[in-house]
Amino acid sequence: MAERMTIHLSVWRQAGPDAPGRLVDYTVEDASEHMSFLELLDVLNEQLVGRNEEPVAFDSDCREGICGSCGVMVGGIAHGPQRRTAVCQLHVRTFSDGDRIVVEPFRARAFPLVKDLVVDRSAFDRIIAAGGYVSATTGGAPDANALPISKRAADEAMDYAACIGCGACVAACPNASASLFTAAKVVHLSLLPQGHVEADRRVMAMVDQMRQEGFGDCSNHAECEAVCPKGISIAGIARMRRAYVRAALR
Amino acid sequence: MQQSARSTLDAKVPAGRLQDKWDAYKDTVGLVSPANKRKRTILVIGTGLAGGSAAATLGALGYQVKSFCIQDSARRAHSIAAQGGINAAKNYPNDGDTIWRLYYDTIKGGDYRSREANVYRLAQVSGNIIDQAVAQGVPFAREYGGLLANRSFGGAQVSRTFYARGQTGQQLLLGAYQALSHQIAAGQVTMLPRREMLDLVVVDGHARGVITRNLVTGQLERHLGDAVLLSTGGYGNAYYLSTNAKNSNVTAAWRCYRRGAYFANPCFTQIHPTCIPVSGSYQSKLTLMSESLRNDGRVWVPKDSQDRRAPHRIPEEDRDYYLERRYPSFGNLVPRDVASRAAKKECDAGRGVGDTRLAVYLDFADAIGRLGQQAIRERYGNLFEMYERITGENPYEVPMRIYPAVHYTMGGLWVDYELQSTINGLFVLGEANFSDHGANRLGASALMQGLADGYFVIPFTLGAYLSGTRVDKQVTVDHDAFREAESSAQGRLLALLAVKGDKTVTEFHRELGRLLWNDVGMARTRAGLEEAIDSIAALREEFWGRVRILGENNTFNKDLEFAGRVADFMELGELMARDALARKESCGGHFREEYQTTEGEALRNDRDFAHVSAWEHTGSNSTPVHHQEALAFETVELTRRSYK
Ligand code: FES
Repeated sequence: MAERMTIHLSVWRQAGPDAPGRLVDYTVEDASEHMSFLELLDVLNEQLVGRNEEPVAFDSDCREGICGSCGVMVGGIAHGPQRRTAVCQLHVRTFSDGDRIVVEPFRARAFPLVKDLVVDRSAFDRIIAAGGYVSATTGGAPDANALPISKRAADEAMDYAACIGCGACVAACPNASASLFTAAKVVHLSLLPQGHVEADRRVMAMVDQMRQEGFGDCSNHAECEAVCPKGISIAGIARMRRAYVRAALR
Repeated sequence: MQQSARSTLDAKVPAGRLQDKWDAYKDTVGLVSPANKRKRTILVIGTGLAGGSAAATLGALGYQVKSFCIQDSARRAHSIAAQGGINAAKNYPNDGDTIWRLYYDTIKGGDYRSREANVYRLAQVSGNIIDQAVAQGVPFAREYGGLLANRSFGGAQVSRTFYARGQTGQQLLLGAYQALSHQIAAGQVTMLPRREMLDLVVVDGHARGVITRNLVTGQLERHLGDAVLLSTGGYGNAYYLSTNAKNSNVTAAWRCYRRGAYFANPCFTQIHPTCIPVSGSYQSKLTLMSESLRNDGRVWVPKDSQDRRAPHRIPEEDRDYYLERRYPSFGNLVPRDVASRAAKKECDAGRGVGDTRLAVYLDFADAIGRLGQQAIRERYGNLFEMYERITGENPYEVPMRIYPAVHYTMGGLWVDYELQSTINGLFVLGEANFSDHGANRLGASALMQGLADGYFVIPFTLGAYLSGTRVDKQVTVDHDAFREAESSAQGRLLALLAVKGDKTVTEFHRELGRLLWNDVGMARTRAGLEEAIDSIAALREEFWGRVRILGENNTFNKDLEFAGRVADFMELGELMARDALARKESCGGHFREEYQTTEGEALRNDRDFAHVSAWEHTGSNSTPVHHQEALAFETVELTRRSYK
């Protein structure tokens, strides 16, 4: 039978972008080890509504670690202590009975706070729009097997394409850099022949956009890789930098 | 009473041989000139595979597109969670696949409750989807020689499924999202994230706009267009627990229904056999384990319902591999509906396993013994990891526990061959429409349909509509119809907040889910359905008297969002039960206990029910009118699906 646990939470509450924020203490007494961390917040919210207090706002959707909607700092770590796990897949069994856990939003200048634990990550969409695509409009594509691609390149491209765009890399980075996110797309597309044609323009435009959005630069802390729920490698950042320099010199 | 199809339900299927219909349609359909495309605004609701691909494609064609999604980014729609793969009749492995075979498998798999011409077109364009995705840089799995890899999926006799690890939906969606981003950068698409469509605006019988709520500010907004494309996914979350994402809902479709779009086959829901079982009352959603696992996993329960031994202590002779026993030719690979019902039957008979006894084993011991752990890790590594993260058990050592869960809805808004609903200018794409999967969807077909609709069908059919329709240019967002729609949406939000009751939205949703799961779930009876209709009506009344929503309308307010969706799910739930009651046969995912063979298999009634049921809203307090579209089968013979 599932074990019952008491979990103490200190949750960041902030009514809106300009309102003052603070940590508020709550206790969930009947947590189950099999709950996900977001289900723990659900239970807390049910209790809050019962007491006529506004529930804690947080983003989530798929709750299976693939959509990238969720993302909060759990005990100071983006997505919490379990490696390669988005917070929606983090389970209460990772913690101990009686633990106190601080829950805060992903913080970065380029991620303005919306409410409580919800932040605005639309800067990521603008980085992709700056060049994170192949300009292949619908129709007229050659047969899918016309161009063989080595399994190694395809597999490696997939490793980078697995990015879910959650923003943990930014939240974990002391410089609030979006380098891992940006590199993941740059490298995914540069590994495939379809992405070669626009490679130079892509890397320049995406990196420039990243800077314009107010993200910092990378100084090799590797905190991003440590928290990435998809385990994307910082080797991608080095590749992106090389590609950027090459493109700038061409 | 069986009445014949009403003339209002003309599917507009082109004449001619099945194989020629789509080409003939394309040859003769009206076109919109580039100069005129620029002047047309198309509203696309939802950014999943269907909506994202449609918005990107239409933007590239030169239309002015406004694209809306409820998530904070267009990249997050629920299509992203699809694991297994996408079908296409490429016949790359040279194993005998053809467009005809994909068509035939889909129509048969749907238990002959879908429209031939739509399904054939789907199979026809399936190959183009793969070409398009590869051109976008979708990293599909490949063989060592560099060509695309294929696998057999869900019992198909040919290998026609393309995949990107266990994240095929993610990669296809990101491909569409990137194409969409390209059009956003080009100024062709205006993206409006964190917007929920709360009503459709109909002017003189034509869909001309939508009312959306900005989910950050609570502001209601009016958007005018020449046509509206609804690609808002399915309604599986009516059951509360499903594999759908938390925000997936029926509200946009339901609001269209209330404005005159017919709702087709709402009782056709798909219960997927391989999901991680419910672990407690706090459960917020269910997680699917890809169907591909059944290629190597064997499903079993103990023979004796009293047998409480740990699985590895139960010897072979005390295990019942019930799928292999009951369906010797398909075994563990029987279609989803059959596998789900069989699991339910075992658990109902008390042979379920685990704490809740609502689970069966999916065991990889044999496959690991035969192929080695490494081979299994390569095939399913990420799925095994996910299982362990959620359950805390290691499936390399202990068999997985699985149970069926609501996964997909075949029903949806009724559309004709052009994907147009019964409201002019309202097109419905992807899971939100009813058209291609009949009473049961085959694995790896949802991604195919969403992208077929968005990339390859709508560009033609929308052009046909626009070139043949005089859109009233005088209409602005100040038109009475916009005013009325906005004030009714506003009224509803305020009414929800005004209740100030004592029960949470989730409590009501859970209760609705329980009612639907029990009576409109895997097995349905007349008595149960009649009772469900009454209980749902009572629950609805209670909801509007007791729901408690805190916070304000003009802020980010998740509870308020969910409350509106739950209110609509309640109305839909009643319609689902009504539809299930009217369909006095068993087919695909719809199993009426009264209609089964002596062996407990679904018993179709083609004489009376080879039709699409389409429901017309007639007011909040009156029963909807039941229309039918007769399904004419000209090319396939209706056979009993048998997987023995
Ligand atoms: S909710 Fe989708 S990744 Fe966590």
